[in-house]
Amino acid sequence: MNDALDLAARVASGDRRALARLLTWIESERPGAREALAALYPRTGRAHIVGVTGAPGTGKSTLVSALAAAARARGRSVGILSVDPSSPFTGGALLGDRIRMMDHIADRGVFMRSMASRGSVGGLAVATGDAIRALDAAGCDLVFVETVGAGQAEIDIARAAQTVIVVEAPGLGDEIQAFKAGILEIADVFVINKADREGAERAANALKAMLDLGNTMKQRRVGRGADLSAATLDASGHHAPGGTGAHAAVASGEWRPPILKTVAAEKRGIEAVLEALEAHRTHLVESGEIVLRERERAADDVQRSLGRALIRRALEAAGPARVEALIDAVAARRIDPRAAVDALLDARLDAGQEGE
Amino acid sequence: MTQQPKIRVLIAKPGLDGHDRGAKVVARALRDSGMEVIYTGLRQTPEMIVEAALQEDVDAIGLSILSNAHMALFPRVVELLGAEGRRDILLFAGGIFPDEDVPEIKKLGFRGVFGPGSDTREIADFIRAEIAARG
Repeated sequence: MNDALDLAARVASGDRRALARLLTWIESERPGAREALAALYPRTGRAHIVGVTGAPGTGKSTLVSALAAAARARGRSVGILSVDPSSPFTGGALLGDRIRMMDHIADRGVFMRSMASRGSVGGLAVATGDAIRALDAAGCDLVFVETVGAGQAEIDIARAAQTVIVVEAPGLGDEIQAFKAGILEIADVFVINKADREGAERAANALKAMLDLGNTMKQRRVGRGADLSAATLDASGHHAPGGTGAHAAVASGEWRPPILKTVAAEKRGIEAVLEALEAHRTHLVESGEIVLRERERAADDVQRSLGRALIRRALEAAGPARVEALIDAVAARRIDPRAAVDALLDARLDAGQEGE
Repeated sequence: MTQQPKIRVLIAKPGLDGHDRGAKVVARALRDSGMEVIYTGLRQTPEMIVEAALQEDVDAIGLSILSNAHMALFPRVVELLGAEGRRDILLFAGGIFPDEDVPEIKKLGFRGVFGPGSDTREIADFIRAEIAARG
């Protein structure tokens, strides 16, 4: 058995050291990572993948920490991936999410890994999808993925996760600012954290109002295919009154994201969030949407992997000197960027033919 | 397009003192030199530090201590790393240590001991050189 398959076998048996090492291989794009992940892939698909996103300071890490503790109390094993930004200038990163997670560190049922975004935008690292699969294969029942937290355009998490929690907190700006376009649409569960602060009720109400408006959109999710049309609207265009609790899925069978209040630092309101996560997972399974999402996720994975593979192959086939020369030519306006791409792709094809 | 191997460093404060400025300065300096730094905050037990190092699969652990409890806490960290088969992780220490303790700390396996006034660039260079030597 080679190193990669040996590592995969150890990850599958629940070896924490092996899992940690596989995550390093994934992040550094070691060739063995691909082989190990391929061996582990059939074991994946069991974990409930929960994304947690929201602006900095809303308490994402503290919430994840409290949710992990509550899930552990129910006997579930937990994996946590926390993504923090890398400096675009030095490539370095300060990963501080563990500060709020150290409660669980003695508990072998929780595995947490800090990931630097390493130049990726969209709230996750390039390697996050594979890292999720590694934790899934290692037997985690629940995997929490905490995004960078720019609060905007973090749509990658909607693809990577089955259930997305959007965390807000009162007092971080006016409510409209907090619920910018893009962040509303990806939420399956809203959490107003720090709900003991002034303005929590106002934030919840503003959110509820925006959600009612948002429901009139023909399609709530870009590319997910789920038609969340205005099935619950009455003729006047007003939303039928509904609860804001964990059981707020509307009668038509569509999921209406509940708005839940927590004080994560005091572990208040956490059980209701955990129940909403379970309810959403049940909804996905019973409605069949989980199959659609899984297919979307697979399509996205294949497309991204294809893109990376093609770029790598094209650059390797052309060689650094040729690449630099083409870049110089584009910069000097001798050729246009598309011509440079054509030249690189031709080089790749030529090299491919020589190899066969 | 393969990622440059990134140096990952855990900066932790074992023991009960609450003075974390030095640890934070070092954490930031290492980040600014291009490393990925996992900072775990105050009052960590040796068990917490070793478990974090294991899960994060770090190349180096820097322990900052100002409470003079180093001769109680450092050997425990080394022992736990040994039990996990991770004595390969580079260890270094920062803080205020009596001169006579420094050889003892080094004997435990700490390759670098940095007292007050250490140049943060020196610490980054030290880590880089040690990691390079290990291949």
